[in-house]
Amino acid sequence: MNGLPLLSIAILLPIVGSLALLFVSNRDGSKDGLVRNITLATSLVTFAVTLLLWAGFDPSAGAPAFQFVERHPWIPAFGIDYYVGIDGLSLMLLVLTGFLTPIALLSSWESVEKHVKEFSIFMLLLEASMLGVFSALDIFLFYIFWDFVLIPMYFLIGIWGYDQRIYAAVKFILYTMAGSVLMLVAIIGLSWLHQSATGEYSFDLLKLYELTIPEGTQYWFFLAFALAFIIKVPLFPFHTWLPDAHVQAPTPGSVILAGVMLKMGGYGLIRLAFPLFPEAALYFAPLLATLSVIAIVYGALVAMVQPDMKKLVAYSSVSHMGFVVLGIAAFNVQAIQGASYQMLAHGVSTGGLFCIVGMLSDRRHTRLITEFGGLKSVMPRLTAVMLILTLSSIGLPGMNGFIGEFLIMLGAFKWDPRFVVVAALGVILSAVYMLWMFQRVFYGKITNSHNAGLKDLSLREWAIIGPLAAAAIGMGVVPNVFLKPMEPAIQRLVDRVQSRQPLTAEKGSGIFSLPDDGKTGVNPQVRLISNPELPRVPVEKIPDPFSGGQR
Amino acid sequence: MLALIPLLPFAGFLVNATMGRRLPKTVTGGLASAVMVVSFLIAVTQVWALAAMPPESRQVNQVLFTWITAGDFSLDLAFRLDALSAVMILVITGIGSLIHIYSTAYMSHETDADFGRFFSYLNLFCFFMLMLVLGSNVLVMFVGWEGVGLCSYLLIGFYYEKQAAADAAKKAFVVNRIGDFAFILGALLLVVTFNSLDFTTIALAAKAMPVEVTFGTLSLITLLLFVGATGKSAQIPLYVWLPDAMEGPTPVSALIHAATMVTAGVYMIGRNAVLFEHAPITLGIVAVVGAATALMAGTIGLVQNDIKRVLAYSTVSQLGYMFLAMGMGAFGAGIFHLMTHAFFKACLFLGSGAVIHALHGEQDIRKMGGLKKHIPVTYWTFVIASVAIAGVPGLAGFFSKDEILFETFLHGHQILWGVGVLTSLLTATYMFRLVHLTFHGDERFGAVADGHDAHGHAPQHLSTPAPEHLSTPAPQHSHGVHLHDAPAPMAFALIVLAIGSILAGYVGVPHALGGHNNLGAWLEPAFQATNCGQPVATGELAGIALEDCLPGEEAGVEDHAALELSLMAVSSLVAFAGIGLASFLWLKRKDIPAQMATQFAGVHKLLLNKYYVDEVYDATIVQPIKVVSQEGLWRGFDVKIVDGAVNGAGYFVSGVSIVLRLLQNGSVKTYAASIFAGAVVILAFYLWR
Repeated sequence: MNGLPLLSIAILLPIVGSLALLFVSNRDGSKDGLVRNITLATSLVTFAVTLLLWAGFDPSAGAPAFQFVERHPWIPAFGIDYYVGIDGLSLMLLVLTGFLTPIALLSSWESVEKHVKEFSIFMLLLEASMLGVFSALDIFLFYIFWDFVLIPMYFLIGIWGYDQRIYAAVKFILYTMAGSVLMLVAIIGLSWLHQSATGEYSFDLLKLYELTIPEGTQYWFFLAFALAFIIKVPLFPFHTWLPDAHVQAPTPGSVILAGVMLKMGGYGLIRLAFPLFPEAALYFAPLLATLSVIAIVYGALVAMVQPDMKKLVAYSSVSHMGFVVLGIAAFNVQAIQGASYQMLAHGVSTGGLFCIVGMLSDRRHTRLITEFGGLKSVMPRLTAVMLILTLSSIGLPGMNGFIGEFLIMLGAFKWDPRFVVVAALGVILSAVYMLWMFQRVFYGKITNSHNAGLKDLSLREWAIIGPLAAAAIGMGVVPNVFLKPMEPAIQRLVDRVQSRQPLTAEKGSGIFSLPDDGKTGVNPQVRLISNPELPRVPVEKIPDPFSGGQR
Repeated sequence: MLALIPLLPFAGFLVNATMGRRLPKTVTGGLASAVMVVSFLIAVTQVWALAAMPPESRQVNQVLFTWITAGDFSLDLAFRLDALSAVMILVITGIGSLIHIYSTAYMSHETDADFGRFFSYLNLFCFFMLMLVLGSNVLVMFVGWEGVGLCSYLLIGFYYEKQAAADAAKKAFVVNRIGDFAFILGALLLVVTFNSLDFTTIALAAKAMPVEVTFGTLSLITLLLFVGATGKSAQIPLYVWLPDAMEGPTPVSALIHAATMVTAGVYMIGRNAVLFEHAPITLGIVAVVGAATALMAGTIGLVQNDIKRVLAYSTVSQLGYMFLAMGMGAFGAGIFHLMTHAFFKACLFLGSGAVIHALHGEQDIRKMGGLKKHIPVTYWTFVIASVAIAGVPGLAGFFSKDEILFETFLHGHQILWGVGVLTSLLTATYMFRLVHLTFHGDERFGAVADGHDAHGHAPQHLSTPAPEHLSTPAPQHSHGVHLHDAPAPMAFALIVLAIGSILAGYVGVPHALGGHNNLGAWLEPAFQATNCGQPVATGELAGIALEDCLPGEEAGVEDHAALELSLMAVSSLVAFAGIGLASFLWLKRKDIPAQMATQFAGVHKLLLNKYYVDEVYDATIVQPIKVVSQEGLWRGFDVKIVDGAVNGAGYFVSGVSIVLRLLQNGSVKTYAASIFAGAVVILAFYLWR
């Protein structure tokens, strides 16, 4: 906006910080303090830059869709650019990332003691790649960032995790790689489709939006994209990597994982899978919604019986993220606003819950609920903050969790009330599992003598948890501060999906065929205008673009 | 100004929550009480201003800001004062102030930190409760609705070190959440149907719709909202949390679980009166559930031995009365009873608190008796409130209860009327059983517990230290020990409430007795959506009366004066009969109750164990869900099936690669052999074809 490439600065700052760390000699751990300060300072400046982006962002409806756009050719032969820009949706997720990273770093100051330099480098690289995911407008670039996120997280879990960290790290990376490999194929396929329609390869998201893709192809492409995203979310039944990853990850890893990384899945669905393949998306929306309501109830029920606090919070994420996917499946303005808001709210509340579990775990080196009890009498402040985050997590009106859930349920209700009836059970169940844990950990008398001398929140811990608790309340009282900037972006995405009006093309041109009456599977609100000029390419015949002799 | 009424208690909460731990009790308690009193005074001036307006335009709106906007959905954080919420804010701030004052003495044994915590919760509760009644749309109401649930959770669990208190707190919250599940669905259906959540907008739209003779959208909406109300207001099937909620400090029971929060469901129906009137099927369900709850709770109350639990079941029962009235469409009568009940039930709870205070935590009425001469202030106020709740002519309960019974009879529901009268008899009986066992007869509080007590909640109180005042030792009293009557702040609250229990009924003296039912007339416009102006005004004191907004006609009331008088005679007789019966059984012939308990051991046990509803819920709902989640979903599906498949895929790949690795052994002979074998297979294939 004002000349400075703020967006690139935000993405590059953590990378610069991690490069700087390379020059700090810290083999014996004597410079841990310096390393930590550099890292924290870098992440704080990055947060400040994301706030500058917010300040400079024009949320009015007439403003350009994507702002702070920067574009530099990268691999011109394939039309791959360094192409970034943000709309309101991206903006909010950038701010969330910027907000949570310093908090996650602070939470590591006592729990991570070995290889602090390497840890800090990975954390900063992680931040940079997440920021990249939310700003990329070139889907090849998006993919690079998307997959790069896995690498630092893999090491964070594998090196600084708990006992079974290797199993968890491998499971994490295989699960998510399995999804993203298919997405890569679909991304290349999309570019090839663009080439066959216009004569040149392009990974420009905005150009690809304009493609009209034959239904048969769409289904496969949608599935490839959606699978990558719903594994990341994670949606039932692809969620089983999450509890292991969370339980084994160090606290900062869990905070980032739950707070930001899961949102990449939701973001991908909203930004890519639905608007790129609207007809296929609408065809599969009821399936997605079904899985998401199962996730809501299932995640909550399984969370209820967990003996380990961290696993409980992890399963609660499955439940909460189920709401997000339900909102996305409904794909109207309220539902998507709700889903986006729920992503932000979940980042704050679950990030906070993981921090608290981490604090307890730092003190007692256990996370088993039965090891605790009666903590309120020795740590009243921690208990109070925990209560705030618990209430935010269970969606008490006036807290952030409620706004998202309510808007999702409202949007989904307009689409298909049956899903909402099931989803609303989550309202009951979340109270059951969260309050039951709260009671067993904090209420009652101290029965375990190890708990008797526990210290209440330290100043550093206040710095971690205070902002989260404040955000949890603030977001519930003045949600419009966050909803307003997202509104034009979401309106455009919804319009894009809904504008694909009635289906005129012959049905069943691909492997899937649409239901004839248009009622059983397809959202009647949204249909497809099939462009007859576009070559119909059966999916099996998509050639490898790399074999075309361009190399 | 309107927003100040809830915001003052909120300010009190903020101060006490952040600094209460370091401030002396006089400051924390004084501040908390002061904000309530000021809030009450502001409420009085606001209602005064409201009363000065013409009846059909009595509405004051205040929009704070736009709360949620998403697409075509937009919602203001806005307050609205009208005739109905006026009654509620007076009750909440008035009785709330008294209970705050009472608590400064009652809770004085707590540590400074706990004392501050208590008052911060209490202030927060009043904030949310005022938000609930002042909210101008469903969602703002819902914020209050859940907020009071939260405060109820915190205050029930105030003695969090006690397992029973922590359990009861969680139970209250979760059971309320079951109601909220329905409430949210109802709210969503409201948005979809009316494209608005504003009460007046909805009421005006509903007014234009036909009354639903068959089950339709309005019936579904109202039914869902009513399920929400059964949670908050402790009606069948969700009443189970309220008796357990007595684990909280007694002032909490008086404020939250008698006078204000539990009446939220009744208020909500009154707030949506037009909607409910258009759904007669739901109204029928409301009436039947109300009557059934009233009767059921009354029977349980008859045999309980914990002073607070008797009052708790009495509250459930009286709430049932209110719902019966709402179900009859007699919204004014329901709110009338809500108001009078707030006085005498708060008085009773605070009185029981004074008893418990005097006996250092004893709650078992079998260990009381003869307290009359020791604590006269408590005794007299308690008796006045008991007479009021029993329905003795001239006191508050008589007028409100009578109006409900009259309306029920008038609407042709003789069976429900009969249930109401029977409940009335039960009420008088169990209340005076309580009075007699607590205050009359011989002093049993010195006696050490004799033997093992098989049932009830007595064992808890014997084996654990006194549930309240954990910080003070609980010495066993013997005869002749000097018992303290309520100290000044407590006595003040008791006396004011006792006066209220006598006088509160006179705002609604029926026409049959020469009155004008002023309260009914005052409330009537609020139930009819008479403010036909769209609630767009953002300033204060905005209200537009339109031509077609006429105050409700009062026809048909005078014609039934004779009927009303005879019904009054019946219920008065019933009240006296109940008192007489209780006096006979628990003063004169104390052997009869014991005899009956053994003779009808089955029934007695059934009642004592509250019809085993908790046990049934636990066995049919709670345990199955736990077991299925643990064994079926988690250890079964998640670990065995999904992870089994994932790990299986992993093992498959590594297994296959082990086999494939064997092939690549670098031996030229093996490669040659496999090339040969391959050639043979291909050749064979072509030959075969």
